[in-house]
Amino acid sequence: MGWGPWLLAGVVLAFLGLFLLVPVGLVIYTAFVTETGAPTLGHFANFFGQALLLESFWNSLYVALASVFFASLIAIPLAYLTVRFEFRGALLIQTLGVLPLIMPPFVGAVALQLIFGRSGSVNLLLNDWFGFTVPIMDGLVGVTFVESIHYFPFILLNLVAAMRNIDGAMEESAMNLGAKGWRLFWRVIFPLSLPGYLAGAALVFVKVFDDLGTPLVMGVTNMLAPQAYLRITSVGIEDPLGYVISVIMIVFSLLALWMAARMMKGKDYSTLQKGGNSLQRRQLRGWESVLAYGWVVFVLLVTLAPHIGILLMSFARVWSFSVLPDSYTLAHYATVFTDARLMIYNTLKYCLLAAGLDVLLGTAIAYLIYRTQLPARQWLDYLASIALAIPGLVLAIGYLRMFKGVNLPFTDTPVVTTWVLIMIAYAVRRLPYALRSCMAALQQVHISLEEAANSLGAGQIGTARRIMVPLMMGGILAGFVTSFITAAVELSATILLTSSQSQAPMSYGIYLFMQSIAGRGPGAALGVIAVAVVALGTYLSHRVIERSREPVRVATA
Amino acid sequence: MMGKARARRYSGRANNIQEIEMPHRFAFRTLALGLLSAFSLAHAGTVSVVTSFPKELTEAYKKAFEARNPSIKIEILNKNTTAGIAYIKELPAGQRPDVMWASAPDAFEVLAREKLLLTAPEVKNPQAPEKIGNYPLNDPAGLYYGQALAGYGLMWNTRYMQAHKLPAPKEWADLVRAEYFNHVAMSSPSRSGTTHLTVETILQGEGWEKGWSQMLQIAGNCAAVTDRSFAVPDGVNSGQYGIGLVIDFFGLAGKYSGFPVEFHYPTVTAVVPANIALVAGGKNADEAKKFISFTMSREGQELLFDPKISRLPILPNSSFGAKVPANYPDAHQIAKRAKVQFDSKLSGDRYQVVVSLFDQMVSFRLKELQAATKAIHDAERKLKAKPNPQAADLLKQARSYAYSPLVPESMVKDQQFLELFQKNKKDVAVAKQLTGLEDLWNTKARANYDKARDLANQASALIK
Repeated sequence: MGWGPWLLAGVVLAFLGLFLLVPVGLVIYTAFVTETGAPTLGHFANFFGQALLLESFWNSLYVALASVFFASLIAIPLAYLTVRFEFRGALLIQTLGVLPLIMPPFVGAVALQLIFGRSGSVNLLLNDWFGFTVPIMDGLVGVTFVESIHYFPFILLNLVAAMRNIDGAMEESAMNLGAKGWRLFWRVIFPLSLPGYLAGAALVFVKVFDDLGTPLVMGVTNMLAPQAYLRITSVGIEDPLGYVISVIMIVFSLLALWMAARMMKGKDYSTLQKGGNSLQRRQLRGWESVLAYGWVVFVLLVTLAPHIGILLMSFARVWSFSVLPDSYTLAHYATVFTDARLMIYNTLKYCLLAAGLDVLLGTAIAYLIYRTQLPARQWLDYLASIALAIPGLVLAIGYLRMFKGVNLPFTDTPVVTTWVLIMIAYAVRRLPYALRSCMAALQQVHISLEEAANSLGAGQIGTARRIMVPLMMGGILAGFVTSFITAAVELSATILLTSSQSQAPMSYGIYLFMQSIAGRGPGAALGVIAVAVVALGTYLSHRVIERSREPVRVATA
Repeated sequence: MMGKARARRYSGRANNIQEIEMPHRFAFRTLALGLLSAFSLAHAGTVSVVTSFPKELTEAYKKAFEARNPSIKIEILNKNTTAGIAYIKELPAGQRPDVMWASAPDAFEVLAREKLLLTAPEVKNPQAPEKIGNYPLNDPAGLYYGQALAGYGLMWNTRYMQAHKLPAPKEWADLVRAEYFNHVAMSSPSRSGTTHLTVETILQGEGWEKGWSQMLQIAGNCAAVTDRSFAVPDGVNSGQYGIGLVIDFFGLAGKYSGFPVEFHYPTVTAVVPANIALVAGGKNADEAKKFISFTMSREGQELLFDPKISRLPILPNSSFGAKVPANYPDAHQIAKRAKVQFDSKLSGDRYQVVVSLFDQMVSFRLKELQAATKAIHDAERKLKAKPNPQAADLLKQARSYAYSPLVPESMVKDQQFLELFQKNKKDVAVAKQLTGLEDLWNTKARANYDKARDLANQASALIK
């Protein structure tokens, strides 16, 4: 082993240290010290003395597990049907299936309430027709419902990438040996795509376990993340217990990731021949296709309901206690039009750079973990994943603290007043998403392909660039898309780090509008633009990848 | 195989070029933009204002002020209160924003304690009164100033009320009635300074025990206790909740924007100022003072009448003559009419106890409180139709379990007890005591609500 891996690990560690570990440490060390600064574990003892916090822990765990289950229920059929079968509009469905991740802050919540809430369209109609309502947005059930339809794309994206990578010969052999239907799926296809599924499921679990926005918006406070947040943000009190909860969330999230890694240990998921060329898409028979299309349309309708709601809100003059808005107008779009251009530009700038940085780091970490023998390399993954459990506000405060008085090199501009920190905060907060995808992708690449390249004279870098990365491309793209999309709607760190209006991205603009009654329409309009821009970006990146694959097909044809 | 490898190589290269070029172009353009914005930031005469206020309000002031002072630029930084405080606190002196402008008085207290505010007595408008009712308009230490006034009241969605056949409420006390069960929403006092003032107003107006009892009954009727004060008017506007306890401009602005909502001030209400202050360690203190002074001047105050803003001026309405819109509420009249003589020292002394008790008894135990309240309402209805002394007794017990504060009044008058809440929570022993108390309140509240629910159900069963 040369010095290369060590250098690469050094660079990755330096980035994580500088932009994640140290800034977060500067804030949450409060959990471990007394008022005089002496180290203590007393605050942790206090945590376990509180029945409410223990109850919150179980609630978070329950919601996270239930969300993984329901998200899988939504995502697995969507992925299987669109990848393995001759399915009209497969690409459209896969693109639409990503949209739920783009839930603009506040607007998404209001739209959800307008559709599924106590007096939402669905319940008003149910009440008119049948005289009952469904409290689907209440309590832990409500949180689970929203989390499932919000985060199932994590599984969908990774599973689609993984299924595409399965060697078609495996499926064919299974069919030749008589496997059909469920048996074929459960015994052959699903196990082979397990790295992608587990990557997505682990993400859903950890994300939901640590998610703050959804429970808060729905008024559920008996969960860990809201308990931590409410304590950290109460005005004027530094409550160590808030940070204790953060530390406990970090530990538990890492435990979950470790267990996911354990499940795959000792199994080999790589296949020699890669997808695209070998896929034999099957046909759906009559009633099968009716069932399949029905299910897909139903699922898309439910999961995209918030987006339909946002669209209606953006055109609505007044929408209150009615199934649909009273009347429609274009005025909201006119209101946001002048502000929107700079905000779109900022969002694209920050998010593309952040997502680019994420896949670079993600690929590097995946490479270090699966292709080198560095000691404790698994920890790079765990360290990066800490970001999932850190509230954006804590990270942002850490940045302000760490870069206090530091100027940009060669200028008098303080670092904290530049957009660079916003971009890096996005990259750090969304790195775990890209990382999971990149790692899953590399697991499916058989090492002998690289060894072949090596023995044909390609160097380490050449092999990585020409063999490894192209073969991982599907997974890398999935990671890029998830990072990009979710960064575009990041708000908590954005609010703190935005130091002038000219830096404001769209999420900030939406927040601004949604602070006032008259701003609901314009906020929704900006939300629609955000969804459209991000969806377009996603679609284009799909296209780029598809095009880069085309020559392969031609060559093998 | 060869062809495939070559194709891969080309496509790989094409990808690489794109990957390299994109950030380059971006980096170049953004570097230029960054330098430009850095230049404009350094430009003398830019006042940066951290605020939690909505765009309509801040834009109106920015425009009006810049028109009068063409050499000064206003840069608005919209942040929620928590982020606003952190932002000011974490920046070094010399790089901080110049002005803080927000509602919650507690936010300014925190900044004052951290020595992050400066006095600027010259910005005050001499025509403004010293007190609104019994509440001082400006900080007695002169670190922040009242810039506009707001009162708390009831807001309701008329369509919702019609659909559920509910009468409009007039007073806080109306909200305890059974027909409003699951139709009310409020924010929590620990999250919203204005909600805390309303809670404190009720406690002072009705007395500690009776006030808590009323508040717990109202909370028992709540469909939600939100973590953001804005979520309440938002939910009423969209018809998610029927009635909300909100600050006046939310109600009035909703009505103006065309939502089917109404707003009403109850007789027990507090009129409180929204504040503005000069931040220590800003860049342009002189220009900032000019801006603060403008917001409190007659011209500045007139902007508040804009229907989209709908806040009450600190100057008496009568002094604006014909510029006041018809039927515009007069803060000074409301404050005079209010029965409560608000004691801000009392409120400040027991602040931590009130917000913590509310969170443990209401915010975190809402589900159990709702269940108890529903059972009590049901039993009451049956009892009314068919009197039964034994059931009445059970019901009385149930109410006492559900609607009594866990801290007696004697305790909140105990200085030692209050001091515990002022101590540093980083001290493990203090934290242990405090979390122990919180845990006690929380578990006790839950047990009491469950007990109340069971008793009320027993009462119902007896009547059958």
